[in-house]
Parts: sequence; structure tokens; C-alpha cells
Amino acid sequence: MTTGPEAPNSTPTRGRKRTSAPPATVEEPTPAPGHEQRDVILEVTELRKYFPVTRGILVKRKIADARAVDGLNFSLIRGETLGLVGESGCGKSTTGRLITRLLEPTDGKIVFDGHEITHWSQSQIRPIRRDIQMIFQDPYSSLNPRQTVGAIVAAPFRIQGIQTEKGIKQSVQELLELVGLSPEHYNRYPHEFSGGQRQRIGVARALALRPKLIVADEPVSALDVSIQAQVINLLQDVQGELGLTYIFVAHDLSVVRHISDRVAVMYLGKIVELADNEGLYEHPLHPYTHALLSAVPTPDPERERTRERILLTGDVPSPLNPPPACRFHTRCWKAQEICKTVEPPLLELAPGHQVACHFPEERVLV
Amino acid sequence: MSSTPEPLDGGVSAPAVVSEAPHAFLDVRDLRVHFPTDDGLVKAVDGLSFTLDRGKTLAIVGESGSGKSVTSLSIMGLHNKKRTRMSGQIWLDGTDLITSSAEQVRALRGEKMALIFQDPLSALHPFYKVGDQIAEAYRLHNKVSKAKARERSIELLRLVGIPEPDRRVDDYPHQFSGGMRQRAMIAMAVSCNPSLLIADEPTTALDVTVQAQILELMKEMQREFNSAIIIITHDLGVVADVADEVVVMYAGRAMEYGDVADVFYRPEHPYTWGLLGSVTRLDGDRAERLQPIPGNPPSLINVPPGCPFHPRCPYGSLNGGKEREILPLLEETTPGHLVACHLPVEERRRIFRDEVAATL
Repeated sequence: MTTGPEAPNSTPTRGRKRTSAPPATVEEPTPAPGHEQRDVILEVTELRKYFPVTRGILVKRKIADARAVDGLNFSLIRGETLGLVGESGCGKSTTGRLITRLLEPTDGKIVFDGHEITHWSQSQIRPIRRDIQMIFQDPYSSLNPRQTVGAIVAAPFRIQGIQTEKGIKQSVQELLELVGLSPEHYNRYPHEFSGGQRQRIGVARALALRPKLIVADEPVSALDVSIQAQVINLLQDVQGELGLTYIFVAHDLSVVRHISDRVAVMYLGKIVELADNEGLYEHPLHPYTHALLSAVPTPDPERERTRERILLTGDVPSPLNPPPACRFHTRCWKAQEICKTVEPPLLELAPGHQVACHFPEERVLV
Repeated sequence: MSSTPEPLDGGVSAPAVVSEAPHAFLDVRDLRVHFPTDDGLVKAVDGLSFTLDRGKTLAIVGESGSGKSVTSLSIMGLHNKKRTRMSGQIWLDGTDLITSSAEQVRALRGEKMALIFQDPLSALHPFYKVGDQIAEAYRLHNKVSKAKARERSIELLRLVGIPEPDRRVDDYPHQFSGGMRQRAMIAMAVSCNPSLLIADEPTTALDVTVQAQILELMKEMQREFNSAIIIITHDLGVVADVADEVVVMYAGRAMEYGDVADVFYRPEHPYTWGLLGSVTRLDGDRAERLQPIPGNPPSLINVPPGCPFHPRCPYGSLNGGKEREILPLLEETTPGHLVACHLPVEERRRIFRDEVAATL
């Protein structure tokens, strides 16, 4: 089990970076235009996940598919943070779970660091798990209440069968310090900590094996604002210190703006707009992005009351039976006949700015 | 039931302990809500005073455990009296709710004041049709036939923007989406045209686009019924959007109280600065590091002595020890703007101007 895909992984000491040379196999996939020269760590091609909906007790007949993720294409550059935003049910969390391979993709391809891991079995994937870690949303249910903090943070070492030079206990204590907890917390239980501290424990566990990629699924949405800011700062600090790549899944567009280099907006299992931070927030092109941005309240009363607000009607349609062609046409104020018949492809309209819309238009909303 | 000997930090413009009926539509004076538990006395609300007129919106902001929701439940009279020690006064349109009997409060609930809960899925009964649940409140306060009440339910569902209300009235809550459930909750709350509407985190469980719809709906309802609204939230963006006045709560007390422009543009309490500095914003400078408040909110059983915020306050030590011993009173600094802080007014304004404003 210790035969990881890359060099000996025995001494996770603080500050060690693994962003050195890109593995030779990386060039194999065809990266998105504009990123040819960059160091791609993750490449996702036509990724799909359909959850079967069954009926019947003894004989389960499949009656429909819930298309949670329906054809995603994006790549991730080493060291960057990609934000995935969208409303509940848009497939952003499923995407995170597919990349960490907690779920088996229905179709498509996931290439991580030169390895196509799309359909790898549990035992095949285990060595790779060292490099892809996850931070979960709910700091209450993601920690085993019967284990001590020490046991929780040491679990990755135990599972991967890794010995560290200084011994696991000391490594764990260093990790606790790194995330702003005290080494004395080693023998305490999760219930003795507040929500923000628990999320720090979750971060320490994710960092234990010095991963390359961390998928953070709504890591701050369960926390109070003052604590949110602490955890966001922590995530940014360890990213700088350890050279991590993040996929940051969140519904809060202002948090995503703060932490992400690039942002993908999802709607009903598809990416509708993908751009760098400035492009997305200052020159958004897709009507859905416009609606999302205009709906986020800003803590500035005068601005808030004079700002243009686009009110969408209705709710997100069911992924069991998504609208044909452009999935947003049922709620879009710009929809024309073509939107109901032809699906708009995700096109690069400006360098690094991809949009799937028949009538893209720049609009200043922030 | 007797009030504690601690100093009253209420005393808005009028003296706190006057028992004749006040002028404001809702006047809460020195409200204290304590819960005795095996671990000690939980002082969930400890001396809160505010007033609210019809047609206005008051936002109560604060982190979890600051006493926001307990305040709303005590106005509605929803605490178990046997397990709660309440003192102070809550005047609603000339009636003191604290001294009123349970019977009297029940008659007001629904009719004169209504509550919109945070989580519509657990606030709606899964076993009854949405329309019947709306009609129940209406029939309780109005002697009408079932058919009439059903008509009213349909009318209300239409008012809150549910498509095909005459069909949807017979749906069960699980057949509604999250946003529609919250709309149904609002329909239920406004069924008797209440003059006071309390919304306890009405949009926290919702997506931003739906949140915008619901906030818009609440503003519409306010225009329609000229109701007073108390909105309880931790989202400063929502506050900026809807509130006329703001109470910033911490550890069961008001730290700052003023109109929305005072609190957002001229905040004087270090806790308010901390909250404003912690939020990520769409319009801020992205390279700017967030300024979190260090530490965690205190336990309401062991509230720190003196100013409850002093262990987390970056400026507390400027008071030479006073912050650890004496509870600061909520005092008016400019008309209508009240702050509970030991720092001299000039000093607070200087710190905000020179050190804090630039980081927000």
C-alpha cells in the first residue's frame, strides 16, 4: 500500500513543497485552449454522473436518471484555486465527490497528475488519495465523535501505512499547530471544540499527507461570519505555505470571489460560465451569472438599495427532467426560440473566459 | 422573576422602568430572558431595549448564541414559562406582553403578531395540506366557514407568488420546493394581516436567487399591510438590503443600536467593526486580507465580567482594566445612535477613521 505513484512520501515536514517539476505524463490530455503551457494537475473531460431513480421494492426498475453532472470540461492549474458555484442541486458537490472518487463517474474522464483515475477501483485509487483530500461542509458530522483529535488527524497516516521520521504523534501535533490549534488538543474529543475549531481539525486531517489537491466542499458555510473569516484566512495561508491546489465548492459568491483564481458557474449539472476571477465578477457574460451576482446582497445599505436587481422567477427545474437545449431558458429573460432547440456550446469568447449562451452580453453588476 | 441587581443597560431615550404605555408601536424595555439549567443560569438575553414603529424594519444581527432568536420567541410568548425567567417589558400597541396571561398573548399571536421561522420544512406540518395549515390560523381569528377560509388560502398563496394557487392549495409541504415553502410560511404569517411580523433567519436556508425573491416579497407585504418587521439574521448583506434600524447583539446584549447608515457607515463598537471586517464582499478589494475577530463567542453561562466582548476586543486594553470590571452602558452618542463601549467617543471615532475604515 505504500507504493504511491510518486517518490517516497515519508517525511511530511512543514513547509515542504511539492510543486517542483511537473510529471512527464502530464502532456497527454488535450488541455483547454490558453492553458497549453501551464502545469495542469487535473483535467476533467465530459464528466457525467447520473443517479438512477428506481421504483419497486423487490425488483427495482430504473424509471429515470437524475442528471446531477452532465458533461463537464475543465482543467486545473497547479497552485490555483478554482471556485465552483451554483444553487443547490446544480451538481457542484457531486463534481467534488467525483474528483475525489468518492463517487463513480457514469461517463467521461478524470485525469489527475497524469493518471486517468476515472474508473480505478478502491484499491487502485488508495495511493492517489494521498494527493487528493477533501474538507467537508459540516464540522459536526465529518468528525467521529468517539475518536480523539489525535486519532482523527492520524487516520490518514494509519490508513496509508505511513511512518513519519518524527513519529506520527509529533507529526499530528505539528499539523494541529499549523492549523492554529494547540498540540495539547491531541487527546481531546471533537465535542470539546467549537464549530470553527472543528473545521480546523478537518483541515489538519486533509493536510496530513501533504496532498496536492484539496476539494473543499462548502468548508465555511456552517460557520459564523467571524469564524468564517478565520477559516478562509487559514485556507489561504496553508495554500501559500504548502503550494496546494484547491477546488472550492460553495454557494456564497462573495466567499468564492475572495478565495478563487478562476470560477466556474454551474446550472443543472453543466458549466454555464467559466472565467478568471476578474472576468467573472466584473465582466460576467451569462444571464444566469448576472442573476446570481445581482442577488447577492452587499453590506452597503446605500448601494444595496440603488443597485440593479434581476429577480428570477420560479425555482431550479428538476434534474430528473431538465429543460431541453439551454437548461436556463425556462427562467431566462433573454430566451428566444433558438434557446429551446439548440444547446449553446461552452465557447471561449475572451481569453480564458468561456460562456455557454446564445446571447452573451456583458453587464456590470458588482 | 425579579430583575437582577446588575445595572440596566437599556434606557433608550425614555427611562427604562416606566410602566405606562409607550408611544412606539413595539417597545421592548430591559428584556431579560434567563434559563436555569443543570450547568448554571443561561443568560440568553440580558437587558435588551429597542423600539419599532409600523412600516419600519428592525434587523437584529449577531452570531449564533447571541440571543437573537430567544428575543423573537419571547416577543411571541413562545417560551415555556415554567422553565424561563423573564423580566422587563414588551409593549405591543399598548399591551405589555410579559404581564399578560397566556390566553391574552394567544389571542394576539397570529392576529397582531406573527413569526416566520427559519426552516419551513420543520415549521410546516408534513401531515396536513398547505392550504389547511394556512386556513387554520385564519379560522382561529375569524369566524368563517371552511370554504371561505380555503378561498382565503388560495388568495394568500397567489399573493405570495405561488403558481396555480387553486391547485397548490391541496399540496402537502413535501411537494413544495424550499422557496415555495418559505412563501407558504409567509402566507400563513400574513393571513390575518398582522401588524408585527418577526422573521427569524427567513432566508438562511435558501439559495441567493430565491433569497432575493423572498426579501422582495417581505418588502411588498410590508407596503401592503404597513406592518412592523423584525428580521433576525447573521447576514449583513441582508441587513443592508432591508433594515431601517439595526441592533447588533453580542452575548445577550445590544452592543450597538442605530439606523442602518449609522451602523454601516459610522459604526462605533469594536464588535461591529469585527463583523464588518469579517465578511467577504462582492464589492471589496479582493487582495485585502479578511480581519476576523479572534477567539470564539462566550458561553452564555459564563459571560465574561465587565464588557462581554473584552476578551476578543483588540482595543479593550485601552481602558485600563475598566473593561474587565464594569459593564458598559448603551449610551447615545448622536441622536438615535447608541453604543455600549468604554472607549471615549472621540477615541472610538478616531480609531474607526484612522485604523478600521480602510480595512473594511
